[in-house]
Amino acid sequence: MTFVDLALLAGPAIMMIGLVGHLLIGDLLRRIIALNVASGGVMLVLLAVAAREDVPDPVPQALVLTGIVIMAAVTGVALALARRVDAVSDESEDR
Amino acid sequence: MRYPALLPALVLLPLLLSAMVALVPRGPRRLAGAAASSITGVLGSAVVLALMIDGGSWEFALAGWEAPLGITLQADGTSTAFLALMTVVGVAVTVYAAAEPRLAGGPDFWPLWLVLWAGLNGVVVAGDLFNIYVMLELVTLAAVALVALGGRSAAAPALRYLFVGVVGSLLFLLAVALVYAETGTLDLLQVTAALEPGPVLTAIVALTLLGMGAKMALFPLHAWLPVAHPAAPAAVSAVLSALVIKAGVIVLWRIWFGLADDATAVRALGVVAGIAGAVAVFWGGAMALRSSRLKQIIAYSTVAQVGYFAIVLTLADGSAAGWSGGVVLVLAHGLAKAAMFLAAGTLAVAYGTDRLSHLHGAITHTPMTVAALGIAGISLAGLPPTFGFVAKWQLLMAAIEQGAWWWIGVLLLGGLLTFGYTAAMVRATFNRPGDDEVPAPHRVRSVLAVVPFTLAIASVVFGVFSAGLVDLVAEDPTVRGHG
Amino acid sequence: MTPDAQVDYSIVPLLMLLTSLLPAGIIFCLREDQVRWRTTLNMAGAVAKVGFVVALIPPVVSGDKLRVSMPWVPGVDLVLVTDAFSLFFVALSAGLWLVTTIYAIGYLEGAPNRSRFFGFFSLCVTATTGIALAGNLITFLLFFEMLTLVTYPLVAHRGTKDALDGARTYLAYTLGGGVVLLAGVVWLTALVGPVEFTAGGVAAVADLAAERPGEATAIGALLLIGMSVKAAIVPLHGWLPIAMVAPAPVSALLHAVAVVKAGAFGIVRVTHDLFGLSVAGELGLLPVMAGFAGFTIVYGSIRALAQDDLKKRLAYSTVSQLSYVALGAALVSPLATAGALVHIVHQGMMKITLFFCAGLFAEVQGISKISQLAGVGRRMPLTGAAFTVGSLGMIGLPPLAGFVSKWPLALGGLDAGTTWVLPVLIASTLLNAAYFLPVVYALWRPEPDDQEAAVPAVPPRRRLEAPAALLWPPVVTAAMVLLMGVAAGWTYSPWGLAEIIAGGSYR
Repeated sequence: MTFVDLALLAGPAIMMIGLVGHLLIGDLLRRIIALNVASGGVMLVLLAVAAREDVPDPVPQALVLTGIVIMAAVTGVALALARRVDAVSDESEDR
Repeated sequence: MRYPALLPALVLLPLLLSAMVALVPRGPRRLAGAAASSITGVLGSAVVLALMIDGGSWEFALAGWEAPLGITLQADGTSTAFLALMTVVGVAVTVYAAAEPRLAGGPDFWPLWLVLWAGLNGVVVAGDLFNIYVMLELVTLAAVALVALGGRSAAAPALRYLFVGVVGSLLFLLAVALVYAETGTLDLLQVTAALEPGPVLTAIVALTLLGMGAKMALFPLHAWLPVAHPAAPAAVSAVLSALVIKAGVIVLWRIWFGLADDATAVRALGVVAGIAGAVAVFWGGAMALRSSRLKQIIAYSTVAQVGYFAIVLTLADGSAAGWSGGVVLVLAHGLAKAAMFLAAGTLAVAYGTDRLSHLHGAITHTPMTVAALGIAGISLAGLPPTFGFVAKWQLLMAAIEQGAWWWIGVLLLGGLLTFGYTAAMVRATFNRPGDDEVPAPHRVRSVLAVVPFTLAIASVVFGVFSAGLVDLVAEDPTVRGHG
Repeated sequence: MTPDAQVDYSIVPLLMLLTSLLPAGIIFCLREDQVRWRTTLNMAGAVAKVGFVVALIPPVVSGDKLRVSMPWVPGVDLVLVTDAFSLFFVALSAGLWLVTTIYAIGYLEGAPNRSRFFGFFSLCVTATTGIALAGNLITFLLFFEMLTLVTYPLVAHRGTKDALDGARTYLAYTLGGGVVLLAGVVWLTALVGPVEFTAGGVAAVADLAAERPGEATAIGALLLIGMSVKAAIVPLHGWLPIAMVAPAPVSALLHAVAVVKAGAFGIVRVTHDLFGLSVAGELGLLPVMAGFAGFTIVYGSIRALAQDDLKKRLAYSTVSQLSYVALGAALVSPLATAGALVHIVHQGMMKITLFFCAGLFAEVQGISKISQLAGVGRRMPLTGAAFTVGSLGMIGLPPLAGFVSKWPLALGGLDAGTTWVLPVLIASTLLNAAYFLPVVYALWRPEPDDQEAAVPAVPPRRRLEAPAALLWPPVVTAAMVLLMGVAAGWTYSPWGLAEIIAGGSYR
């Protein structure tokens, strides 16, 4: 088994772990991190696809770059919303 | 200038305008946003008209870089239909939101709305899978932010919506990765030609179905929708139900009808989608009947209607009537649902609540708004002569062509359920004579009633004069694939 | 209809729709207090429609047809045609719309939400006209569903819980029927394509019946069941007595002009102009329908006997009388067919008279129960006389209109060899007498002294017994009931026209 094959198998596995974690965990912050783990799995698949030949394929690498940027943006929005959710629930507990 | 060069403008112009509007101070931002949205609407109408006159099929490679390296944009009859819907509803929502800031969630609405519009246009015209993914993410982010404008209580639904949207996108991105691994290209046309049947193809189709199923709230992945859509301001709810859902639908249909083959596993997926759709129709309808608030009823109605979009996967398989019925259904649902949510918003402003029990007398005080609700419901229920009937008629024809009589039952009973909750909404607005204890509603600007009413009337007018429109979308029964 | 029937392309059928559609559109936009405008529009539309009908009768009888069509859903056109039968039905609805409009203007004077009421009222007539003029099944379906929808606000008009519940029941029944009808229409269209109504039956449908009798029977059953809901044939009649909560003009419209007649009209269209009598007979559709209709005739009459509420009694009477049409349509005999057709008009004219009178009793005297009617005829002689004419007509006393429909039906039943029709008609006539005569008797009976105080007396110095707009419509329609019976031999009388139309089914 080559390294690429390993990555091709590990990618979906990591994604599954991330998704399952995301669905089972209650804490918002940990759910957001789990989502990032899942996206890491997908990125790994794309990188492995790029590395299949001797000369790396630039297209999937470009996709991964874009994907990382998107995930960063998503994480930012998610964190902002999570803070607001926590603030609302704190308020209602105080009352 | 060649017309197809307009395609990138559909995405880039609203994005640019959005950035500019965001820089405008909060005070005059409504004006700037409305102006920018109007420009986007004009551009959209121009493109739709040009496409209709041209009869068709445009392709444009950004900066002259052809696929597989460059970014290509494409538009066909289906894109034209979807673009037309985005433009009509977009303009209507713009007018509505400009008239009543409370129903749009304040000045922050405008830049986000422009980004959303850009993303929606982008999903429709993107010619390669990765750009579809990027545009979908743009749509999700903008839509989530718009939901969050619904106030403090909207934060949790917005976050939930974001989670579902991103999970759906990740599943789709994995499908895109598999496509590239198999074919070495991402251009939809090239992929359709190059992809060999096999387990990988099945996996791609399954991942797309799952991912887009989450994004378009297909049963049993629907639970977020009845929470998120009512939480948003009314103008946003209308966009979410009428347009954002459709982004998931068109991607699913493009992939499905472009790639799906006759393999047993793929067929099984179709059956699963169909069953999920049928359950959605009944579950959504039943929940809508049990709900007591306008926006919640309308949101559950969307859950039910999404079921039809999944049923189209089997009905349109090799059936021209089924395909054009499906596309017309998307248009009819878009118009009707936008009209309903906007009307609900108007009633909520007038009566201070959207609880059914507080609306009696509305048919006397705000007859136009109630009429919009009723007519839109009739179109959703698929009664003649509305646009919804034109769609349902063709789907019924497709079901009979395939000898699949059970779909006939689902379609007809689903229509009755739809009518049931529409009638419940209208019924709540009647009042007894001399029932004067009812507090008279707050006065609302007449434009808030005119906009939903116009959309509702449009669904009747398009229904009566549907012949030309149907020809437009029926031109390509299997989208870009199947040979 | 002569064999060399000429078909002209013309927008006249469309104009006939617009005579009520346009006023409806404008009336919705009127303010509540713009009474004069509303009345003018209503009357102008009604008169224009009647004018069209009168102008069209001679050419249509001589065999000319006017047709207009436009493409609609793929492969299907919307078609409006003025053939003899459609004009017959338009004539009924246009004429009765005119008198009902006058009555409604008087009835609702000063009541709230009149713009809404008259708007939907006009839409209701538009839908009925569309049903009459529909040249193919899908056009028929369009207006059939439209009729269901636009009558809902009329039934629910008062907004009371009873009204809303009645309207909901009405909607549930009729929409359910619409769905069944839609299933039949889709199925038929998928098998033989869009077909236009043709006197004597459509060839393509006959071919289908020959090749696949099973499917043809199922389609026919779906279509007829869909129609039967509106025609209130037992066991699909439940909505009709409940929808009685509507204001009197609406009840008149529901029972005499629009809804039930649309169902009856549809049954005749399907059996005569779609399948054709011989095909429908071979498929076994006719005997079954005749059976249900016969049962309904007797059942409705028996239920009517037990009602003390006048409008309820009239409602069950409608259930019973409407099935005369279905029965006649199911008998293979020109006489019976003509009887069925003419009963569409005659029953409309008689029943609308009765409902107008019932509305008058309720409005002027505050009476809705039969047991309170004693002596009312003496205080309201014109109304009482109109009611009496209507009742006697319903029983079928010569020379009133009812006789002109019952007699050919009975003869036609014998002619077609279905002898059981005769006892059914006799029983029904006896029952009619049993539930109408006591009402008539009560009307004219001397008033018992002790009730005088309970019933508010008519203001003494009133010139007429009731407001003119309420009084004249029933008087006019009662006169028509008499006239239609006496002048039945005239070529352009309802009976004369019905014979001509019926002839078309037996060529």
